Amino acid sequence: MADLTTDFLGIKSPNPFWLASAPPTDKEYNVRRAFEAGWGGVVWKTLGAEGPPVVNVNGPRYGAIYGADRRLLGLNNIELITDRPLQTNLDEMTRIKKDFPDRALIASIMVPCEEGAWKEILPRVEDTGADGIELNFGCPHGMSERGMGAAVGQVPEYIQMVTEWCKQYGNLPVIVKLTPNITDIRYPARAANAGGADAVSLINTISSITSVNLDNFSPEPSIDGKGSHGGYCGPAVKPIALNMVAEIARDAETRGLPISGIGGISTWRDAAEYIALGCGTVQVCTAAMTYGFKIVEEMCAGLERWMDEQGHATLADFQGRAVPNVTDWQYLNLNYVAKAKIDQDACIKCGRCYAACEDTSHQAIAINEGRVFEVIDEECVACNLCVDVCPVEDCISMVPMKPGEVDPRTGKVVEDEYANWTTHPNNPGACAAE
Amino acid sequence: MANSAFTPGIAPARLSKAELAENFSDLHTAYAPHEAAVAADRCYFCYDAPCITACPTDIDIPLFIRQIQTGQPEAAAKTIFDQNILGGMCARVCPTETLCEEACVREAAEGKPVEIGRLQRFATDTMIATGEHPYSRAAPTGKKIAVVGAGPAGLACAHRLATYGHDVTIFDGRDKPGGLNEFGIAAYKATDDFAASEVDWLLKIGGIAIETGQRLGTELALSKLCDDYDAVFLGIGLSGVNSLRAAGEERDGVVDAVSFIAELRQVEDLEGLPVGRNVVVIGGGMTAVDAAVQSKLLGAETVTIAYRRGRDRMSASRYEQDLATSKGVRILTHAQPVAVHGNGVAAAVEFEYTQDSGDGLSGTGETFSLPADQVFKAIGQTLDGVPEDLTLSSGKISVTGPGRTSLRKVWAGGDCAVGGDDLTVTAVAEGRDAAEDIHTALTS
Repeated sequence: MADLTTDFLGIKSPNPFWLASAPPTDKEYNVRRAFEAGWGGVVWKTLGAEGPPVVNVNGPRYGAIYGADRRLLGLNNIELITDRPLQTNLDEMTRIKKDFPDRALIASIMVPCEEGAWKEILPRVEDTGADGIELNFGCPHGMSERGMGAAVGQVPEYIQMVTEWCKQYGNLPVIVKLTPNITDIRYPARAANAGGADAVSLINTISSITSVNLDNFSPEPSIDGKGSHGGYCGPAVKPIALNMVAEIARDAETRGLPISGIGGISTWRDAAEYIALGCGTVQVCTAAMTYGFKIVEEMCAGLERWMDEQGHATLADFQGRAVPNVTDWQYLNLNYVAKAKIDQDACIKCGRCYAACEDTSHQAIAINEGRVFEVIDEECVACNLCVDVCPVEDCISMVPMKPGEVDPRTGKVVEDEYANWTTHPNNPGACAAE
Repeated sequence: MANSAFTPGIAPARLSKAELAENFSDLHTAYAPHEAAVAADRCYFCYDAPCITACPTDIDIPLFIRQIQTGQPEAAAKTIFDQNILGGMCARVCPTETLCEEACVREAAEGKPVEIGRLQRFATDTMIATGEHPYSRAAPTGKKIAVVGAGPAGLACAHRLATYGHDVTIFDGRDKPGGLNEFGIAAYKATDDFAASEVDWLLKIGGIAIETGQRLGTELALSKLCDDYDAVFLGIGLSGVNSLRAAGEERDGVVDAVSFIAELRQVEDLEGLPVGRNVVVIGGGMTAVDAAVQSKLLGAETVTIAYRRGRDRMSASRYEQDLATSKGVRILTHAQPVAVHGNGVAAAVEFEYTQDSGDGLSGTGETFSLPADQVFKAIGQTLDGVPEDLTLSSGKISVTGPGRTSLRKVWAGGDCAVGGDDLTVTAVAEGRDAAEDIHTALTS
């Protein structure tokens, strides 16, 4: 049976599923329930500096985007860091670590961007027995207006500086949590790396307005008729997060830097994808907030079953396996030619492939007698849109052409050897192959 | 003392008021908004959707479902009413299982179509409940049109003509409009007096007068109508009833199913409506099913539908057949009535088994008897009261194109006219199309 145990920066946990720093990890009661439910680790809700805690709004903190049947696809929040006194959190963390020594307990921290503030809090956190710290450089709302959270995460120099302080004044592994609200995730990741970070975690939430109320014209969530951008998370953000994780995993400067993956992880499959892109652990929030802590049972059982089926004994067996396959567009094989193929037995004749192709793409699907939809190979560029809009799984597939066959669209013979844009004759900067 | 299922003969109050109310409540409950949203999400918005093709009134079904999905059931209703002004009733009575829902690609994919009928009802009910009528009349044209028959064909025709600014008078032989929507159709398909509400809503267009108690051939003469009006539309239905041609048909207790259904639809108190202990319904169509199921729901002990051919030949859909059997009705096939026995009143029906050898139906010679206090004839209706100068074919009014009869100023549609299935939705389509043709004829 596959082994799900995780060793991330020396921090052990029985499985890679950690709860992200967020409302579910704000207090002992919740965390105790989470550990009893089987979560491998918890990143405690972000701690602030000593003194009067932050306050939250007293109206809606969350907004949502739904799919069919009100399935929650995206969640946005305007909640700040913990609004409970620092000592209360520290005491609770101490008790939790004592009662659950086999689980990972990480303290998320966000204090002002001053050396003294970090120097002051680090030993107090260490006293709880926590296994590591996560620097919250990601929170995009509220705290960023006060020069913290994403305001730090958006300036690589600050990331490096604070990371250095934490390495200098603390003894725990440092995980730097990155904000996606930047143009190129590699820069903050490189800064964290340069500052001596032991790992990065990403993504934090994405600045967002979930909707606009068309009766009073307030953004949602609405507080007395006004709204502020919140942080977007949940299944909808997963593709964005996966790309950012991959960018860091394959960047020359940050390659090999441990990553804790975050962003829309709702099932074992999502987790496996993050791990395949190099993550050592994954962090979950929205799925737990939607369905409760019990989902971890499906996640663990599912990951274990899949690993058994694939013959992966440990997470390390497949961790990072997808990273070498992430490349730049210019290196994609332009001699790879595929054609859409519609399985007529599976086709239910809805015609969505036809509408999509005819109206918006390449006019490569014909309607024949009896609503029989067929691909016109002479026009098909294998764009995959028909596959994506088809409601029947595996009804339309992209079938690669064999080398030696003639592509009816271009009239050219499909070449066996790999060739990319860098050597393509249409590329003004191409180096001649000969 | 109250009666029961076992009370002999034909008796009222076999069930309590509460039981009757439960039995005659809505067959399909209306969707709540979230149910409608979930159901609407299942629509694939097909290209050139097969459901539209399958709808006799060509409602743009994917469009109206998308409008429900985007939170505007009233807009969805407008899409429906544009094609079918009686979309509310059709949502209730259409055999969707053989029309739009049969064509739905999800029926092919998983045997579970999008519930188009219920979604249509959600949309149309929403608008009718608001009282909004989304059409207004064009400037008056001064043209007058007589519509004979206030059933689905006549109402659809009248409404379309009224929108064009013509003045319409609808004549109907009964004391209130609605035709089979009001007097036919099982009660559990049109609860809460829906047929009457729908007519009231439809008449909000204005320009339509209704005169009841006016029957063609008695109070009305077609030639006079042709003289007095610019055009005449006949939507008179089929008011005659076929006879059994079995001995003893005249005995008490042998009645037309359509009369029973009409009485049931109009009765104030179902408890007062008598029904037999043992009921036999002869026929294989929707009328047979409606009469049989309602007899059972009124508390009859046994109800049998007897049909002379196999179930695959019954014109009632499989869905309707299953509905009947689920309510406890027995469907007996390959049996034709030979005689109704009894001493003045019906007591039993004698049947002979039949076989279909390919060149016609014949009796096998083997007979049997079913106890029957009440026998409903549901073996088809016939055209009645049509002037001889109209050309008929196959017992119906001959029409070409959009309802043109052999007389220049006369159009016809619905059950009385040749062509199309005898369905509410088909009648609406024919009435609407005839109205378009009349409008063209009067204005070009």
